[in-house]
Formats: sequence, C-alpha cells, structure tokens
Amino acid sequence: MKSAEEIKAAIEAAVPGAGVEFVPNPGPAAEHSLRLAPASAVAVATFLRDDADLAFDFLSNVSGVDWPDREIAEKVKVARTVTKTVDGVEQSVEETVEETRKRVEPGCLEAVYHLYSVAKKHGPLVIRMKTANRIDQVELPSLTPVWRAAEFQEREVFDLYGIIFTGHPDLRRLLMWEGFKDHPMRKDYVEPDDYEYEPTPHDHVLKRAQERRAAEAALGTEGLRGCGTNKRETVNYEL
Amino acid sequence: MNATETKSERLDGWNRPPVIAPDGEGELLEVAMGPHHPSTHGVFRMDLALDGERVVRLKPVFGYLHRNHEKIAEQASYLASMPYTDRLDYICSLTNNWAYALAVEKLAGQEVPERVQYIRVILGELTRIQNHASSIGFLLQEMGASGTPLMYAFKEREKILDLFESLTGSRMMCNYMRFGGCRVDVSATWLDAARKVVAGLPQFVDEFETLLSSNEILMARCQGVGILRPELAVNAGVTGPMLRASGVDYDIRKVDRYGIYDRFKFRVPLGDHGDVYDRYMVRILEIRESIRIVEQALNDIPAGPIMDPKARIRGFRPKPGEAYGRIEAPKGELGFYLISDGGPNPYRYRVRPPSLINLTVLEDMCLGSNVADVVLIFGSVDIVLGEVDR
Repeated sequence: MKSAEEIKAAIEAAVPGAGVEFVPNPGPAAEHSLRLAPASAVAVATFLRDDADLAFDFLSNVSGVDWPDREIAEKVKVARTVTKTVDGVEQSVEETVEETRKRVEPGCLEAVYHLYSVAKKHGPLVIRMKTANRIDQVELPSLTPVWRAAEFQEREVFDLYGIIFTGHPDLRRLLMWEGFKDHPMRKDYVEPDDYEYEPTPHDHVLKRAQERRAAEAALGTEGLRGCGTNKRETVNYEL
Repeated sequence: MNATETKSERLDGWNRPPVIAPDGEGELLEVAMGPHHPSTHGVFRMDLALDGERVVRLKPVFGYLHRNHEKIAEQASYLASMPYTDRLDYICSLTNNWAYALAVEKLAGQEVPERVQYIRVILGELTRIQNHASSIGFLLQEMGASGTPLMYAFKEREKILDLFESLTGSRMMCNYMRFGGCRVDVSATWLDAARKVVAGLPQFVDEFETLLSSNEILMARCQGVGILRPELAVNAGVTGPMLRASGVDYDIRKVDRYGIYDRFKFRVPLGDHGDVYDRYMVRILEIRESIRIVEQALNDIPAGPIMDPKARIRGFRPKPGEAYGRIEAPKGELGFYLISDGGPNPYRYRVRPPSLINLTVLEDMCLGSNVADVVLIFGSVDIVLGEVDR
C-alpha cells in the first residue's frame, strides 16, 4: 500500500484545494493519519473509495474523540527595560526575564475513520476530521453517503460525543434514550446525582449532590457542563 | 463494483414514507418486535411496519443493554479492562481478550512469545467452533426445530467450555490473555484433553450435517431468504461469515496474518447466493477449517515462556500514540482503537463491534419478506447484545 504521504499527494492531485493535513503518529504502531478539511471531505472520501489504485471500499471503524480545552503553561523569555540605580545614576537596563505564561488551547471534537480495501486487501488508512469547537460549531459532513458502514457508527458518535453529521440520512441517538440531553463520552460529562428519583437523597447520592453543588458554587455557574445547549435532564437534588 | 448504482439505491432505502402496496388495502400495521421477544437474543427491538405479512419497513432500536463500556475503560488502567472485554461478546470471551491484547501490544510495541501465539490460536479457534455450533443451534431453534439441534450443539460446546474452565478457571468469563503473553501455561495433560476433544469434533460436524444440511424444511425455509449482495455487504462494513456467505473473499486471518496464521493450512469457505442457507453452510465449513487449524497448532506447539520478559504488568504506561488492532472474531471483525496520552489509562478506548455493524443491512435483507423470515434472517446475522450495546 502507498504510504500516508503518497496518498496525500494523490488526493491533492485529484481533488484540487482538498486541504489535507498529514498527522504523524508518534507511537510504535506508526499508523499515520490524514486530516481532511470538512468542506472537501465527501469529495476526498469518494475519491479514496473509487480510485482504482487505492480502492478503499471498506470503512471499518468510526470513532469520536474528545479533546477538551487545555491550559498550557509555557516558559517564555521576555526582554524588559528596567530602571536601575547603578553607582548613584539612574539607568535603563535591558534584562531578559523568564515568565510563565498560560494560554488556553481551544478544544475540539474529532471523528476518526479507519479504511481498508477489500478489493486490494490493504489498509488501514486513518482519516480524521475535527470540529471548530466543542460548543456550538460541532458540524462535520457525514461520510455515510460514501460508506454505508458509517450509518450506525456516526449515529453512535453523535449520541455519545455530540458531533452533528450533516448529510446523515437518519441522525438519531443510537444507544442513549430519546430525550436524553447530554453526551456521556465527553471528558467533562458529569454524572447525575442519581439515576432514579428518591424523595430524600441519602448516603452516596447525598454526598455526590453536595459535591456537585459546591463545585457549581465555586464556578459560579449553573450546571457544570461546558456545552451550553446540553443541560442534563436526569435527577438533580435540591438540597 | 458499480458505485453510483449502489449509492442511489441506498439513498432510496432511507426514510421511506409508509408504503401501501398496490394490492393491499388499508393501513400498515406497526409492530414493536422485542425487546422481550424470545428470538432477539437478549434485549433488541425491531420496529416493523407490516403490509399484511410483508415487511415494508424495519428500524432496529438499540441501547437496552448499554452500560458505556468505553467510558468505564477510559477510567480504568489498561489491564483492568481485560476482564470487562469478556462481557462484550460473552459467547466468545477469549477472542475478545485476544483482540484487546493485540491492540495494546500494537500500541506499546510489545512482542509475544512463540508458545503464547500457539495457545492463542488454539483457544481462538476452539472459541470459533463453539460459537458457530451454538449460533447454528439458535438459528434452528428460531426456525422451530425446538431443542434438538441446539442440544446437539451444546453437547459439543460443553466439552470445549470444560477445556476453557480447566485452563482459565471460568467457562465463559475467561480473562486469560495478557499484554505480551497469557495468564497461565497449558499443561501436557490439558493438551492431551484438547486433542481428545478435537479428535471427536469431525464426527460431531458430520452428525450435525446429516441431521440438518439436506433437511427439507431447513432448505425450504433458508434458501433464497434474506439475500445480501456482495457490493452492499462490503459498502456497509459487514464482516465475518456474513460477508463470506455473500461470496466476498475477505478473512482477516488471511489478510492481516496476525499472530501466526501464516503457518497454518486452511481454506476460506465462500457462499454463492448470500442467503440464510449460505450463512449456515459457511459456518459449518468454518468449523471444519477451524478443526484443521487446531489440529496443526496442537501438533506444533513449542515449549517456552508464556510471558514476554520485557512485559510490564504494574506501572504499564504506553508511549503517546494510537493504534487500531483487529482480529477475525467468530462474528466478524473485532477491533480496538486505542489512544494513549502516556498515562496509565487509555485516553480513548473504542470497540469496533462486529455484531452492531452487521445489523446495518438488516432492513435491506428483510424488506419484502414475511414476518416469520425476519426472525430467521436476524438469527443468521449471529449477534450478541452485550457487544451490540456495549
């Protein structure tokens, strides 16, 4: 099989302006992947399936991955002008100072597809797409029209991660029940205090409710989730 | 494959409006089949729309057994998920163990000793034999052959489960494989017992086939029912005996040659028509091929360690990276996709469940057939709800 870089070149030759990005895998498995731009993803996927050499006619696996916002602390060297008194005379001196700066790397949701070829018996090719953020811009194009194998798997990713696949013919929850309001596989998902309603919370339920209350008070927000549209609907006890 | 043709056909297949057949008068009957229907292998529901006896719409409903296995695994260490993989497809816990161990070994770049490779092949193929035998038994049960074929299959399955029990301590929840090895060594006595069981298997298959393969009722009920075309099967990600019954030559044991499958002589049985009968027949033939593989492995198994000396049980932290490991499980391609961030838990743990993805084409196979055949077609997919809902 061609390597991921060669496939990237083939895609760029066939689909102009595809915007494919090579993503190296540092682990021992060394299965490198290609990140597709959502705008051209369906065209690229169709090319991967229909090209005679590549012939990735079999989509094996679709997984969602959640990458929450990360706070990164970096040490930066900064040049500063400091006024100092040297030998009784005030002078401006240039100094290099190390400063710790914190920046927040915005998070995203990712969909990862593993492709194989049944006709050529090669693979895997890993392709991935990521959303703009985790809150309101969570649309990705559905690849179900290209590989029907994605039908249930994209529904599952939608259900558990909240990625909205545009162009999916039947995007409903797969595993959680209808009317459930959250996406449990996200890293910041907070479990409900209890799954069944009891008139008086006690023991571990009471403890969990108190902890949640304290955390909410510390954050000054109602509802712990970062995802504005998805407040949970299961039991929350008023203490 | 004619790509455009399959695509347009698929688009037609979605969100069908309620169809009233030209000959039928009156409304469609909507039936919720399951989740407590005896033929649904657990808790699975199909929402059917019927025009008389004929199925015009079928929507599968999942999730009754959902416990978010993936989330639980992301909160536990790598090894702590091993016993939990037994509960995915509880008929074939050893192949689940194998797939997970294979994925983690790929993620961490671990080697597996020679003897362990043989042990894995022996156990994996014995698992396949008992899975196929009992799935045929269940299929016949659903066809109305109450008890007899299932008991024939279970009689043989019992012997294999006894082997598993004497080796791993458990009949179904084996929890046997480890990353870079396995938990206990097989003894010479166990190997002798295994040889004895395997020597009796061909006779069992012959007997089973005499009873079933040319049975008039079985042929009448199964042939030409639930046809799955190869183009659709590949596009919909169908794997395992279902795919091969449609005539597509794709067996991961031959394609990936994971473990040591390149050392054994075996054939890949293929079907011609892709109907229920072909699926039954492919399973019977796969049992025969698996018996051949186990015989060869039992003959060649070398002495040696059962754990890679470099393998770490405690403080196991693979380097950051990701890996997708897959095997040919009895029900199809079972894969594990793992992302490591260098910590003791997997950052992302994903199971590619063959049972769920094989159900993608359930509606396509069932449309236009009778309600009684839906039970049969569904039985021929061979699913376990523990894996579908995870």
